[in-house]
Amino acid sequence: MRVLKSLFYTSEHEWVKLEEDKAYIGVTDYAQKALGDIVFIELPEVDTEFAAGDGFGVIESVKAASDIYIPIDGKVIEINEAIIDEPGLVNENAYENWMICVEYSDKAQIEALMSAEEYKEFCISEEE
Amino acid sequence: MENAKKTALFTSHEKYGGKVIDFAGWALPVQYKGIIPEHEAVRNAAGLFDVSHMGEVEVIGKDAFAFVQNLVTNDISVLEDNQVMYALMCYEDGGVVDDLLVYKFTKDYFYLVINASNVDKDFNWMVSNKGDFNITLENISLKVSEVALQGPKAQEILQKLTDTKLDEVKFFCCKRDVLIAGVKCLISRTGYTGEDGFEIYSDNDNIASVWDRILEAGKEERIMPCGLGCRDTLRFEATLPLYGNEISKDITPLEAGLGYFVKLKKENFIGKDALVKQKEEGLVRKLVGFEMKDKGIPRHGYEVAVNGQVIGFVTTGYFSPTLKKNIGLALINAEYTELGSNINIIVRNKPLKAEVINKKFYNKNYKK
Repeated sequence: MRVLKSLFYTSEHEWVKLEEDKAYIGVTDYAQKALGDIVFIELPEVDTEFAAGDGFGVIESVKAASDIYIPIDGKVIEINEAIIDEPGLVNENAYENWMICVEYSDKAQIEALMSAEEYKEFCISEEE
Repeated sequence: MENAKKTALFTSHEKYGGKVIDFAGWALPVQYKGIIPEHEAVRNAAGLFDVSHMGEVEVIGKDAFAFVQNLVTNDISVLEDNQVMYALMCYEDGGVVDDLLVYKFTKDYFYLVINASNVDKDFNWMVSNKGDFNITLENISLKVSEVALQGPKAQEILQKLTDTKLDEVKFFCCKRDVLIAGVKCLISRTGYTGEDGFEIYSDNDNIASVWDRILEAGKEERIMPCGLGCRDTLRFEATLPLYGNEISKDITPLEAGLGYFVKLKKENFIGKDALVKQKEEGLVRKLVGFEMKDKGIPRHGYEVAVNGQVIGFVTTGYFSPTLKKNIGLALINAEYTELGSNINIIVRNKPLKAEVINKKFYNKNYKK
């Protein structure tokens, strides 16, 4: 299982990467492994506003559909069209292939997320 | 999971990296390397499945033929010794108890292979319909292990491990006491994938060596151990029904498009009257194939609608690994079943466009 140091993580296995007032959101390597071959991804429209905890999209593996949740409040400014056309990219590299990019402002919500170290420990505890 | 039963191959699944889940009370792998590569291995080369969870019941006695003939919808009078037939057991109202394979060893000795999730129910059903038939029924499910070797290279691989001429075991025929890598097995040229292949039965103590030897023998042909995940996508593409999806106590074989396996002219069998009546009156709902026109994957249980009115439900749906399309099977009101009809599949509360297509999604690749 790969975890990147510079990112923030959720217990639902999403990651958040900050670039100034923008946040990129995707699913973790642990999540893509657990899902198996991803065959379909549904993402929201640009300009959609979400509150932390909202489902913003769906990832489908051969076997099942899973919701993806946004861990912070934010307005969608970009979606990653490439993974809609080729969902398997997320299996290849879950950290390069982000899902949505949002404008965010609530820094306290970021602080509540897990660090790479914490997330790693969380995944190990999930396995047990 | 702790309570799930383990097949005799449980340690092999761990050894080969299987992702084990609880399926019908059994700890079995849903996949090893991945559903799609395993699916493709079966279509193009070969795959090996642990299907030891399947149930087996022996029917022995001088009325064995008459008992089975009364129990199932298909006409087993056409079976020679060592032939196999697909059939269904129905309730009096025509709903399905289970679907099964009927192996005829002799006229006094039949071997019935039933679904894991239905073993107790099926066996009780058989016992309750034993009546005055002079037979003994034995549920030997826990003593028997089964593996399925499926794919165009299946015969080539298995032939390396046996002196039995596999060419002589024809489609839907079986042979007992075949030595596979020195282990006595029952084999049949049957399967649940739409490909050529064999189902191989042996006792629990010896199956692990059969499993290992087949995987070893098939290395060159690029055989893969396969999980239940691709077993379902494969059988779905080949339009082979699954109990609990296409057939159930609430869905008759006629509605599921399995009329070929229901011989209404046969003297008598359980459920005949109800099925004859259903056929005479005409089917109110039918199983159809459909292809998504909008983006989205149909799933088991999703509603089907036309003009906002629910007309049925999806029995199975997938992104088809072979056809690379989102397709499904649905049981819907008969008036919408014409090929080309536009229907909606309700995916996460949104009606998505789909079109009724021929449900033979994949041309079966049997060696007949």
